[in-house]
Amino acid sequence: MAEVLVVAEHTAGEVKKATFELLTAARRFGEPAVVWAGPGAEDGQQRLAEFGAALIYAAADPGFDDYVVVPVAELLAQLVRDKAPTLVLVAGTAEGKEVAARLAVKTDSGLITDAVDLTPGDDGNPVAEQSIFGGATVVRSRVTRGTPVVAMRPNSVSPEPAPGTAEISPVTLAGQMTGARITGRVAAERSQRPELTEASIVVSGGRGTGGAEGFAVVEKLADALGAAVGASRAVTDAGWYPHQFQVGQTGKTVSPQLYMAVGISGAIQHRAGMQTSKMIVAINKDPEAPIFELADFGVVGDLFKVVPQLLDEIGRRKQV
Amino acid sequence: MNIVVCVKQVPDTALERKLKPGDATLDRAAVDGLINELDEYAIEEGLRIAEAQRDAGADAEVTILTMGPEKAAESIRKALSMGADKAVHLVDDGLAGSDALSTSYALAKVLSGAGFDLVICGSESTDARMGVMAAMLAERLGVPQLSLASKVDTDGSVIRVRRATDEGYDEAEASLPAVISVVEKINEPRYPSFKGIMAAKKKPVATLSLADAGIEPDAVGLLSAATEVVDFAERPPRQAGTIVKDEGDGGVKIAEFLAGQKFI
Repeated sequence: MAEVLVVAEHTAGEVKKATFELLTAARRFGEPAVVWAGPGAEDGQQRLAEFGAALIYAAADPGFDDYVVVPVAELLAQLVRDKAPTLVLVAGTAEGKEVAARLAVKTDSGLITDAVDLTPGDDGNPVAEQSIFGGATVVRSRVTRGTPVVAMRPNSVSPEPAPGTAEISPVTLAGQMTGARITGRVAAERSQRPELTEASIVVSGGRGTGGAEGFAVVEKLADALGAAVGASRAVTDAGWYPHQFQVGQTGKTVSPQLYMAVGISGAIQHRAGMQTSKMIVAINKDPEAPIFELADFGVVGDLFKVVPQLLDEIGRRKQV
Repeated sequence: MNIVVCVKQVPDTALERKLKPGDATLDRAAVDGLINELDEYAIEEGLRIAEAQRDAGADAEVTILTMGPEKAAESIRKALSMGADKAVHLVDDGLAGSDALSTSYALAKVLSGAGFDLVICGSESTDARMGVMAAMLAERLGVPQLSLASKVDTDGSVIRVRRATDEGYDEAEASLPAVISVVEKINEPRYPSFKGIMAAKKKPVATLSLADAGIEPDAVGLLSAATEVVDFAERPPRQAGTIVKDEGDGGVKIAEFLAGQKFI
């Protein structure tokens, strides 16, 4: 059976959800073989097996953590040459796309980024669906040269378990590791909230929150729903909330099960980052706000009245 | 120091963008073009590095490199009026429809022909949004990649950056020459001054054809692309939702909706 390479995203032996999404998509095309760069494959083995990994190519050299992107791309190119997979899947994170980019150049293969779905075409080869121009256009495309390299947008495929053997097959990078050296890693203050691009619920606040103090109500609502917090550009530009939480054209693209837009008017640049959300709920005092065109449910009103009431109601329902 | 900033002219993100029915490429003629907003941070960073180099007594020059139709000259003009010294415009009908692979090949040809110490890209373009150009250029040029930088420091021989990651940031370094990309908010891009706008008119802009740059015509353009569009469609408008006016029960109504959808 054809082999599909899936690049594992992991930190400290813990496999990220995006990898299970990739494994789910990979099974449509063949036997998933996970590529694990760095130590700790044994720690991820059981979880990878649960999502149908047949093999794990484990390159345990700790040096992978010391260089920017290059060694991982080199390892993949080596595996593409040695194993002749039909497809390579990477998570469409910023770094994942860079790994994919270098692999595509190294192997002179077509690259598709930000795929929201991947299905076999008439000939069985992968056809990727992309949602472009801020979700306004849906494009289906395919690779016509080399080994298809596809970066899937996180949170696009629902991870489905399937049994796999996840047998570990040790591999080593043939050449020397090269590239820019990583001299330090600084973890940002880790919130208890889910990661913005992976969260199944995102609560975002906009200009209507009026300031950093007003924005706190967005955080409260997010915490009540176990959601990630997002912000419109107006909010991050004004410094009411940190820039890395910006959702939109120049920020993060999210497609959660539920997106709640609180005090966000829904300018086209914001819609570009959230339009593919499955369910959208909006609260805004302006009935003409374009966000209501997208909303499955909307309330025209003062967010400082609506949200506290919503919080009370969520609290009440939790107790019942 | 020879600094080259890669700049792309893109359709205005505030307007509706469409693909052309014929070849499924972006209809660039239908929408006003402007400089890719994320490239303005790259230009600003290039200008700042050059200024710091000059302050330290070294020579420094900022060159703008763009590939695109003649209209892209507008973006070059803007970059020059911000303070860049000169520009190279790769313009040829044969480039139309190039994908990221062939674009990186063409840009790398120009860069290796002209020489550079530091190449700076924006984090992505607002049209294709692939975010791959810095990585592809570094791969093709065989120089270190320091991408997604939120802070850059260089003494002219070594470059150090803070590289944004999902967890926070990495500190990374390499020797020049190198390719870097910068994230939004690394700096506050300057507005062109009146003096800058006047000065830009006299700054040199070299236009290069495929032949001038030694680019294989077969390796670029739509026919060279390693991917193809199967089909595309405009997303059907979302079904109209329920919009209610808050009559003092807006919060409860949302809770009922969320409960109905099993979110609470």
